[in-house]
Amino acid sequence: MTPTKAIIAGLFVLAGALPAVAEIRIGASVSATGPAGALGDPEAKTLEMLIEEVNGKGGINGETVTLVLYDDAGDPNKARTFATRLIEDDEVVAIIGGTTTGTSMSILAVAEDAGIPFISLAGAIDIIDPVKPYTFKTPHTDRMGCQKIFADMQARGFAKVAIIASTDGFGASMQAQCKLVAPEMGMEIVADETYDPKDSDMTAQLTKIRGTEGVQAIVNPGFGQSAAVLARNYRQLGMDIPFYASHGVASQGYIDLAGAEAVEGFRLPGTALLVAELLADGDVQKPAVTAYKAAFEGKFATPVSTFGGYAHDGFMILSDAIARATAAEPAAIRDAIEATTGLAGTTGVYTYSATDHLGLDLSAFRLLEIRGGAWTLAE
Amino acid sequence: MSELIQFLFSGVTVGAVYALVALGFTIIYNASDVVNFAQGEFVMLGGMITWFAHEAGLPLPLAALIAIVLTSALGVAMNKLAIEPARGAPVVSLIIITIGASIFIQGTAQLVFGKQIHTFPAFSGDTPIHVGGATILPQSLWMIAGALAVFLALWLFFSRTLLGRAVMATANNRLAAQLVGINTNFVMTLSFALSAAIGALGGVLATPVTLTAYGVGIGFALKGFAGAMLGGMGNPKGALLGGFLIGLIEALTAGYLSSQYKDAVAFVVILLVLFFLPQGLFGRKTTDRV
Amino acid sequence: MKLTPKSATLLVLAVLVALSPLFFPSGYYYRVGALIFVNGIAVTGIVILTGWAGQISLGHAGFAGIGAYACALAPAHWSLHPALAVVLGAAISALLAWLVGRPILRLRGYYLGVATLGFGILVSMVLNNERDLTRGPDGIEVPELGLRALLKGWGLDLSNGQFWYFFCGLCLIAGAWLALNLYNSPTGRALRALHGSEVAARTVGVDLARMKLQAFMISAVYASVSGSLLALQNKFITPDVAGFMHSIEMVTMAVLGGVGSVLGAIFGAGALTLLPQALTVFAEYEQMVLGLVMMLVMIFLREGLLPSILRKLRGRGE
Repeated sequence: MTPTKAIIAGLFVLAGALPAVAEIRIGASVSATGPAGALGDPEAKTLEMLIEEVNGKGGINGETVTLVLYDDAGDPNKARTFATRLIEDDEVVAIIGGTTTGTSMSILAVAEDAGIPFISLAGAIDIIDPVKPYTFKTPHTDRMGCQKIFADMQARGFAKVAIIASTDGFGASMQAQCKLVAPEMGMEIVADETYDPKDSDMTAQLTKIRGTEGVQAIVNPGFGQSAAVLARNYRQLGMDIPFYASHGVASQGYIDLAGAEAVEGFRLPGTALLVAELLADGDVQKPAVTAYKAAFEGKFATPVSTFGGYAHDGFMILSDAIARATAAEPAAIRDAIEATTGLAGTTGVYTYSATDHLGLDLSAFRLLEIRGGAWTLAE
Repeated sequence: MSELIQFLFSGVTVGAVYALVALGFTIIYNASDVVNFAQGEFVMLGGMITWFAHEAGLPLPLAALIAIVLTSALGVAMNKLAIEPARGAPVVSLIIITIGASIFIQGTAQLVFGKQIHTFPAFSGDTPIHVGGATILPQSLWMIAGALAVFLALWLFFSRTLLGRAVMATANNRLAAQLVGINTNFVMTLSFALSAAIGALGGVLATPVTLTAYGVGIGFALKGFAGAMLGGMGNPKGALLGGFLIGLIEALTAGYLSSQYKDAVAFVVILLVLFFLPQGLFGRKTTDRV
Repeated sequence: MKLTPKSATLLVLAVLVALSPLFFPSGYYYRVGALIFVNGIAVTGIVILTGWAGQISLGHAGFAGIGAYACALAPAHWSLHPALAVVLGAAISALLAWLVGRPILRLRGYYLGVATLGFGILVSMVLNNERDLTRGPDGIEVPELGLRALLKGWGLDLSNGQFWYFFCGLCLIAGAWLALNLYNSPTGRALRALHGSEVAARTVGVDLARMKLQAFMISAVYASVSGSLLALQNKFITPDVAGFMHSIEMVTMAVLGGVGSVLGAIFGAGALTLLPQALTVFAEYEQMVLGLVMMLVMIFLREGLLPSILRKLRGRGE
């Protein structure tokens, strides 16, 4: 046999051997860069970390799991292309991702057409309402965020609220949901302001709110750099109206950037992840939360954020479903995901059903308060 | 009244950054007729490198100095590697080259400094100064003073020094400048160094207020560009005024009209000004040579 | 037989559209192809505006946004058929280009740049902020065009990806054909004269303002149709389509490929659409490479990729 022939023969053997190596291919498209990079970056890191972890433990049902991860930079058009690529070219059995609502809506259209299960990491209720057969999501909806905040306001006897939201998808969507549920919960929106996520000073808007008659509390749907700048502006103006941030800022980074003094007493609806140490020993979420926090912070030396937690839960739900599924095929995996019951993640305890692809209720949302530069439980 | 003062404070704080960016645009434009869309990246690098050096344990003034010098060197490199070889290219090619540079610097910064948001301590503390019921941060005063000082220095440079006049001469007519013995290549290098240094200074002054991350440059570049065009490209006076005007329009619109459309109002004002004064407020008139 | 540049361009496009699928390993490549064609339509408009008439626009994504949202809103609010919504979007874009173009096309170079930039930002702000109408930054669903189902009824059963590939390919060829006809018309000649020297063009009696305005309106229609096709294909659209970066992308594609010719610009659209797909393995370095490519091509291949390559080939042949 000539060397060339030997190589060709070898290639054939390799090619023939490939399908025999059991492998489960999972796809992901998240916004690791771009305007939503602060959200998507921890998600990408989390997924890569968890894949390593699972394979280190021998994979799922003895099969190796591979992750095909793309960065859609928050562009819905790119997200759709990547979803097509994941399904048609990479032949994945399920997709996790869609950091923003826009990218999630793009991916779900492709996934539904192809019959591939998709677990979204974005907030809007439209993603799972009405229920679509193959689409699930892990975060609370932003409507629930508003409800949690307003419930606390009710308890404190507030009824007149000012909203100041960023004009990106996250802020605008939550702003709209808050305005929607406010009347139901006896809240009156007396001031409604916005700022651009690239803005570097919001004292004008805050001054306007301060000048509005009767404002009892402020809600700020927003995340990242501009939310931290807003908190600093709030302190600069010496304002003392009770301030509610959104779950978008739920990470230690927010406190560090805004300054512990600036955000003292701020409240927000958050997940158990931020108060891992404070959870009671019997808390069902405690094992998942502490394990993820330790692993993530050990590996990347950055504090965990709620968003990385969403990706963690998405992967956990998917790998749990694959392990239970009758076959590692999309349809079987979908059925297994829908049958998920009482699975405790960092965000909450998931129980999906044919009519509920969110799987969470308000109980998993915890009202947090910043005290002395750290997250505490307000309730 | 106190509300109005607060809106004005907000406007000049933001306007100071825009003005510094616009001034940076002006210098390069004067020397080479190039609008450098990577100007915003100089601001980003000024903040990022200062944070990086400060985090590494250097005292803040030294860290800031290093940031300004390094960014300035990068400006020179950009001129040598990307702008000089493209001399004579049409405006649209130059736009793409400088936007390409901007994207390249952003991509590199993301790898070197990571994707996190950073900041460092304000120079004179965070205790706001109270004036007539309104408040302003000491750092904002630093920013405003920085913009004014840079303007003053540039004005003196362009009108009082031989070198500055050489730059203006190069701007007006490159060939004629060469004929009277001006080293136009040196003028170009100098203007990129200066412009990058001013951008970096803007980043150093603004970061304690605005925070910084690898992607903040393009936003500053667009607003600074708008400010420079409003004032009239090529004129430091126009750049200073244009920058502050955009900041003030934004703050006043947010305060009195609608915070949603504050950026829109700024651009409508620009469109109106250009409609009546196609060269901006203080732009130099040009005639078409046949 | 000697081909005219016009028939040569159309022939190359037709062959590419028809034969490329033979080499597609999976359905995903139809999607990428369709995206290239959609971008190709937008850059054909840029060729007319920038390559021929010599005017700059940093806000053409605004027109793409209008075309896209026409397809989302008109069917929902006035139960207009999506195909008619494309026409409506194009008409609104042309009208808006006429309104905006009259005052701003007096401006030159960077001043025109900032004015068009402002226009694009205004459109994208309206799409973002008018939540009650556009549903804001989270985006809005776009109805099905329905043509695929119609074709199926006639016995031509295409997958979604295949349909959009061939449909956008046909639209691109039609768009290129129209542009090339314009090139050889008196209007086209006047436009090119204007690019050479405005003063010279004026002295030979070209109505500058009208010519510029026509080029601006025609290119706006191309951008609008491209936006519509993107929206209909994706069945979902967000205000990103009207964003500044999309405007820059259009100009970059056209100029990088070679803004003087339709084929060059489409080549640029292909190159820049494929680049990020090819770079996914090095996602970390994607931005660096993109920026580097933009600078290098503009410095070393000033006329653009395709003209430079063709010249190299010709030089070797002689």
